[in-house]
Amino acid sequence: MNFFNDNPTLKFQLSHPLMPKIVALKERNFAEKDKYDYASRDFEDAVDNYEKVLEIIGGICGDVIAPNAESVDHDGPEVINSRVKYARGTQENHEALTKAGVYGITLPRQYGGLNFPMVAYVMSGEMVSRADAGFANIWGLQDCAETISEFASDDIKNEFLPLVCDGATCSMDLTEPDAGSDLQAVQLKATYNEQDGLWYLNGVKRFITNGDAQIKLVLARSEDGTNDGRGLSYFVAENKHDHTVLVRRIENKLGIKGSPTCELVFTNTPARMVGTRRMGLIKYVMSLMNGARLGIGAQSVGLSSAAYIEALNYARERRQFGKAIIEFPAVFEMVSIIKAKLDASRALLYETTRFVDIYKAYEAIEVERKLSAEEKADYKEYSKLADALTPMLKMFSSEYANQNAYDTIQVHGGSGFMKDYACERLFRDARIMTIYEGTSQLQVVAAIRHVTTGNYLKIIHDYDAQPIKVEFSSFRKRLQIMTNLFANSVNRVNEIKNQEYTDFQARRLVEMAGHIIMSYLLFIDATRDKEDQFRKSAEVYLNFGEVEVRRHAAFIKTFDVENVDVYKV
Amino acid sequence: MSFKILVLAKQVPDTRNVGKDAMKADGTVNRAALAAIYNPEDLNALEQALRLKSKIEGASVHVLTMGPARAAEIIRESMYRGADGGYLLSGREFAGSDTLATSYALACAIRRLGKVDVIVCGRQAIDGDTAQVGPQVAEKLGLPQITYTEEILDCNSSEITVKRRLERGVEVVKGPLPMLITVNGTAPDCRPRHAKLTMKYKHAATLTEKQESGSDYTDLYTSHPYLNIEEWGVSQIEHDPQWLGLSGSPTKVKQIENVVFTAKESKRLTGSDFEIESLMKELITNHTIG
Repeated sequence: MNFFNDNPTLKFQLSHPLMPKIVALKERNFAEKDKYDYASRDFEDAVDNYEKVLEIIGGICGDVIAPNAESVDHDGPEVINSRVKYARGTQENHEALTKAGVYGITLPRQYGGLNFPMVAYVMSGEMVSRADAGFANIWGLQDCAETISEFASDDIKNEFLPLVCDGATCSMDLTEPDAGSDLQAVQLKATYNEQDGLWYLNGVKRFITNGDAQIKLVLARSEDGTNDGRGLSYFVAENKHDHTVLVRRIENKLGIKGSPTCELVFTNTPARMVGTRRMGLIKYVMSLMNGARLGIGAQSVGLSSAAYIEALNYARERRQFGKAIIEFPAVFEMVSIIKAKLDASRALLYETTRFVDIYKAYEAIEVERKLSAEEKADYKEYSKLADALTPMLKMFSSEYANQNAYDTIQVHGGSGFMKDYACERLFRDARIMTIYEGTSQLQVVAAIRHVTTGNYLKIIHDYDAQPIKVEFSSFRKRLQIMTNLFANSVNRVNEIKNQEYTDFQARRLVEMAGHIIMSYLLFIDATRDKEDQFRKSAEVYLNFGEVEVRRHAAFIKTFDVENVDVYKV
Repeated sequence: MSFKILVLAKQVPDTRNVGKDAMKADGTVNRAALAAIYNPEDLNALEQALRLKSKIEGASVHVLTMGPARAAEIIRESMYRGADGGYLLSGREFAGSDTLATSYALACAIRRLGKVDVIVCGRQAIDGDTAQVGPQVAEKLGLPQITYTEEILDCNSSEITVKRRLERGVEVVKGPLPMLITVNGTAPDCRPRHAKLTMKYKHAATLTEKQESGSDYTDLYTSHPYLNIEEWGVSQIEHDPQWLGLSGSPTKVKQIENVVFTAKESKRLTGSDFEIESLMKELITNHTIG
């Protein structure tokens, strides 16, 4: 089984019209083609390279990671002498990917990376998650290297980035017992030692995914006497397993059991500061979290994809009342909606990733040379688009992963409740996705300003201006009506000028924007696609989203400020 | 120190995933309907060769394959996983070879390579299951051979130590170099393709392939000589034509029969401990399991 070759929608995303721009920026117009024997020579060569490497990863997903998923879920990691021992399957998965030389997929070649754009990395994340969502965390934490690459000194980059490319695992150590969603409360202490020029970390971190990793990015309080986000800096430490970082325990979780969630004790752990003092939370963690949210988007879409395959296969095989259950409207509607939500969240995933790719490339180029005025404007534009779509993606894709896993069990009936089928694991694994890296509620907090400032509306109008197939004209009309309902709802909420009321309606507004944006993306994809892979999903999703938009519009229209009080408990 | 390791590999139809079109009406294999793959045990052999290479400084791994033009894919596939290069032996004169003619042609090609320290091949190919080619090549070259290898335990410039998998256990044997070894499917799986090697070698091609593709990268092959896969026809090897191809193949296929497996006898168990225990004993005794 190859998870890349069996899914033509991935290749379709690699042929998106923005790809030449992304590749040219990432490759600096192929400046390294004669410097590295594996560097891409031109656009076609680059995309061919992405496909070849994704095929390698897709093969490992199908032949190694997916077959290991059940035993990893069952065995899980354990703590032995304050260290994490991965489940056998987890170890095998990691070794296979390391041997294939695919870690460090987005890092510059000078550190041993492949210098691929985020689109290719996110695709790998989607495939790995489809194989085993828990393992997707261990694969996805190489994201940490992105912030080292972006913000650390050359010394730190030279020391740490080659390790990542050789398969060193990473962790981002942010949360503490009293600092979860509110990271300003972080207390882990960093003390500077003038003699050796190193910082020493002391304190406790909790809920740290893959906490016993070799490379740790740590948010710590460097400024004595402070108690807010401005006293926090960002550190990198190599865990040399010399008892300066101990794993006190690993959590016993509902899902993603293969991914060790650790409580850590830091005792005089030597570390080095990344970037500027006091900017830990404000700048670097925000950047890290944006990357991680994209990662959860990939993980969620991967899980939805696994759920859809399980649901479809079972519905085709299972016979009741003399026919396959997929022939019953109640079942085929469910399966189609799973597919529509999968396709919609995937469309949003790659759209967001393309925007991230472009602004990140400009960010990296800016370190090398001054950007022209035109480039600066472009950078700002894509930065804003990425900022607007990332929280929307994180919320929708993770909610849909949960809904899809839930419906997949429903399609299986009683069998789905048993451990014999993969869907119960998918259901448990999906549950964390709406929670970690910022709950859905916090994604709404990040997204709502794009509602009130009109960013989403502008994005929607841009999509509306794109050409779509003539046969989709009636769908466009419906989307325009939905857009009006959205705009009216936004106006109504804005006019009331009450923060609590805005917060109360925020999720509804963000969801309305999301349904419209994803519907447009599907019709745009269906227009570009020659294989007719998206037409059905576009129509099914529009039917689904339209009702949701109307429901929210009706709710907002008749709901006054004082009605909020009814909900107060 | 130069230490040359040569892997003999074959491109075969994927007989493990047979569909309904796998056989033609006349009972022969329908090659067009089956994907062409790297013979599985040759991949085990490649892995052993690559592991050996990593243990010996200055060692190189090359792959020799005989087949049609498209068999160059086997050489590229080997390079993606760590081989340094390879040779394709190709030409209509080789067509219709049985194991005797194949081993003759391969032996002639190997002589052209000069000194080779270790030749590693898979035990057998899944399209013929004869396990004859490796041993015959060794005989023709006058080399000692170790069959059924599961692991190369040790190797220096003059000796190789190998663990063999036999029916009822393992055997560790040592032999002088140069040596030919054949590798079992029970040996470790081959490593995956390596990302950077795949990107580096993906344009590697034989002369025939370059001529046919009309590739845009002509200058690439002069500036990157490692991308040129050597392709040998009969004229490049010293040989006696009567031992090649059909004329060199005494094997005649008399008849091919389609065997359809049907359950002959069945046993019904109620699931009691006693029955399960006796079934397990029976299966262990007749070597179905264990």
